[in-house]
Amino acid sequence: MSQYQVKAGPEAFLAPAAASMGIVLPDPGEAHIEGRIVPEEEAYEYAARKFLEAKVPTIFPGPLVLWKWNENAAAKAAAIRKLAEAIPARLIPMADYRPKYPKIEPAVEINPNHPNLTIWYNKIDVCIFVGVHCHQANLALKIIRGGTDCYTMAMCAQAGHEDACLSFRDATVEKIQKLQEAVEKLKKQGVKSQAIPFEQFKTACTGQVA
Amino acid sequence: MSKEKIQLCDDLSDIMPPEYQDLVATATFGNEERGWKDIGSSKELIEQHSLCAGCPESIAFRYILSSIPSPEDTVFVGSTGCTSLVFPHVAVQNIHSLFGNQNAVASGLHRALKCRFPDRNKDVIVLAGDGATVDIGLDCTMQSWFRGEKFTTICFDNELYANTGGQESGLMQKGFVSKMAPVGKQFDKVRLPEIAREAGCKYVAMLTVSKPNRVEKAIKNAVYIARELGPTYVQLYTPCILEIGKQSMEGLDEMKDAESIGGRFVMKEYITDDAKELLADMEAEKKAKKKAAKAGK
Repeated sequence: MSQYQVKAGPEAFLAPAAASMGIVLPDPGEAHIEGRIVPEEEAYEYAARKFLEAKVPTIFPGPLVLWKWNENAAAKAAAIRKLAEAIPARLIPMADYRPKYPKIEPAVEINPNHPNLTIWYNKIDVCIFVGVHCHQANLALKIIRGGTDCYTMAMCAQAGHEDACLSFRDATVEKIQKLQEAVEKLKKQGVKSQAIPFEQFKTACTGQVA
Repeated sequence: MSKEKIQLCDDLSDIMPPEYQDLVATATFGNEERGWKDIGSSKELIEQHSLCAGCPESIAFRYILSSIPSPEDTVFVGSTGCTSLVFPHVAVQNIHSLFGNQNAVASGLHRALKCRFPDRNKDVIVLAGDGATVDIGLDCTMQSWFRGEKFTTICFDNELYANTGGQESGLMQKGFVSKMAPVGKQFDKVRLPEIAREAGCKYVAMLTVSKPNRVEKAIKNAVYIARELGPTYVQLYTPCILEIGKQSMEGLDEMKDAESIGGRFVMKEYITDDAKELLADMEAEKKAKKKAAKAGK
């Protein structure tokens, strides 16, 4: 069995791919926490606790949930919004994977090719990727683990991510709601969010409006 | 797919960067009448690019992207070269192929799209430089024409390998001396438009990008004919101003010189009879529609 643990970084300039260190993906109904395969229920509570402990918890929604390419995507977007409000967490979109010139605005966007800039700028200590295509999520997760101390989570619609510190698989609307319920349950038990107060930015065609 | 498919999820739209909101609100997706005149009044499908300042290729990109009839149902296939630096910035689906493989990739892609969306027009457009089209990829290019694959091939002809320092290419003019070809080109520019015609292309055009209306017409003709009849080819002169010793603002003049009488790029078109018939039918249909719309008012 692998001794390697997928901990928050900074690990190395070039962090090793967790898969190359012996970390395997969870089977359906399971998740992994730092490389340890656990039942999904355990991961919900652990993820919820991580969010509530964080000073700057952040959700990074990707193109698969930002664009209304089907009704399921819209339902996932609604569930993500509710999760963000329940924590409360910042929402910073990963709108697409194009290189951005002349520069990316790290306060309102995360670029998968330089995700560390957004993490550093906003001092994000816990984040979750949802709706990001796997190939880009893997890249971004590895860069974040390599160069920042952010604890990464992934709500993956496919088989999960070894390179996240915690990863769910087969993400559905119901699973996002379960995570929200786990957060609310902990809050009811008296666990308070440690998040620094913030206001979610808002944008329009003309630019940032709030 | 049309504009209603290019929408943001309501619950997260207010956090999307402004350029995407603008794309949804004002881009010309789903508008059959879109054309180069929309540039400046609607959201373009390319804005920033990573080409040199004043590069005619960037102008060509703007005209092409504003001219393709249905960008929401179009997939570009690119290849190595200056063009491949631009595709990451373009708001149209695109694939980067290995150097020279672009027409083979496009063949497979077009067939797959035909199976997956049998009742929808899915346009595949190859856009590559002269190195990929004429030198390294000539085999794949011509074989796709021999097979009668129904997609458009666009070649950005800058007459040399621009982003590797100016090596000689098959489309370089005879006698031209470049930085990495100091002896000068020993043989004539390959006559690819004529080769394309003989290889089975239904529509062939060669022109510069100095006049947007001409580019629009050539691109639209090429796409419409490729949809119905067979392969089409458009060769656009997009000079590399750096490699031919010009200033940023001199690209347009260079193209105008090249297309003047006796120049290498005097506009030429080859259209087969069935393609002419198709274009005439389409024109008649368009006129009838306009007339009906006028009568309806």
